[in-house]
Amino acid sequence: MGLGAEIRNKIAKRAAEEIEHGMLVNLGIGIPSLVPNHLPSGKTVMFHAENGITGMGPSPVKGQEDSNLCNAGGYPVTLQEGASYCDSATAFGMIRSGKIDITILGALQVSGSGDLANWIVPGKRVPGMGGAMDLAAKAKKVIVVMNHCDKNGSSKIVEVCTLPLTAKSCVQMVITEMAVFEVTPEGLLLSDIFSHYSVDEIRVRTEVQFGISESLRTLTY
Amino acid sequence: MLANTFQKITEIDYIKRFFKDGMTIMYGGFGGIGTPPGLVDAIIESKIKELTLIGNDTGFPDIGIGKIVTSKQVKRLIVSHIGSNPNAGKFMTNGELEIEFSPQGTLAERIRAGGMGLGGILTDVGADVEVVRRNKQTCEVDGKTFLIETALTADVSIVHAEKADPYGNLIFSKSARNTNPLVAMAGKITIAEAEEIVPLGELDPEGIITPGVFVDYIIPSKGVNWKWVWEQK
Repeated sequence: MGLGAEIRNKIAKRAAEEIEHGMLVNLGIGIPSLVPNHLPSGKTVMFHAENGITGMGPSPVKGQEDSNLCNAGGYPVTLQEGASYCDSATAFGMIRSGKIDITILGALQVSGSGDLANWIVPGKRVPGMGGAMDLAAKAKKVIVVMNHCDKNGSSKIVEVCTLPLTAKSCVQMVITEMAVFEVTPEGLLLSDIFSHYSVDEIRVRTEVQFGISESLRTLTY
Repeated sequence: MLANTFQKITEIDYIKRFFKDGMTIMYGGFGGIGTPPGLVDAIIESKIKELTLIGNDTGFPDIGIGKIVTSKQVKRLIVSHIGSNPNAGKFMTNGELEIEFSPQGTLAERIRAGGMGLGGILTDVGADVEVVRRNKQTCEVDGKTFLIETALTADVSIVHAEKADPYGNLIFSKSARNTNPLVAMAGKITIAEAEEIVPLGELDPEGIITPGVFVDYIIPSKGVNWKWVWEQK
């Protein structure tokens, strides 16, 4: 991703604030996988994995791995109390029928109207969509966590996605190392800024025009 | 000695007669977890080619179904993801391999529909995404547009079970269940590789995940013979 561990954790911490007690949450790989570390004690959250786990716990300590108990990325995990297994069809039934309260995932591009592109760079990287389309289209809330700009310095928040879409108008919130935006019917709304940045800097580095929340918050962590 | 009441318990060498050039094979597993290692090796040893494979993903180059992709026995894939197997991407780019991508939940449901004797399913996942919608029929239900996603079946389905009994009743291990119960239903011939084969009556009927009706043959497993990615680091 190109962001240092400290910044990645700040983004994850802000995303974790969106999660409420009792929610069913699906996390993508990368920064999203850091989110559970930032949940306050007292919140019990069920983490969902596409390969058929409801109630996934943290990574096991070294030596305690079970090769038959892994997340959707193929890495060993543990179970939390109350966990269950199911087959893939049931795991995606949960997704399509709207049981996932929040999914937190990475993105290549997000448009001002919440279109998401995160599965393919034609001619360069063609991994397949996996479960991304199902999750993006059907989770109750889709939160994107990503670098504000790509490695060429271009805004990843764009007027129109130039990469093939994962799903249209699906993203509700975008969290970057600079700021937090809500996607509203009137367009993007800047809700939080990380303390090292100013609104002007964010305007310069964001391709899309945005409004500013009346309760704009400065994130000091 | 375990009673082979239904003549379903057999050896890999007997199974090899079902492997033919150009056939469609469906496999259980997710990133290699839950993919039957002995049956994968048997397919490689049989040197059959021009295969169509249907499953969740292409594993890793040396893990799971990925080994059959790496050995270039595959002509066509129907999968949701190839990101963990660079060989699949390479063969697709150079034209050796045709890949149909299906969103993961849609793919699981197409396999389930095949096993359930249905013609397909209706879903709106991907209905507004060109690569998914392309060449598919749509239909309107209550004013909403759905894609008609066709059911999938296979000449042979291969699954990896934790335990089997002589009727072919199966239970799976933890997240290695994944697509296995779906794939088990969708094969014209379904072969289960089991870590343990127990006598009839030993599996709790309440706990059986795949009823033995769907399983034609059972072979004993020698276990996973590859190193997982997290073990390689």
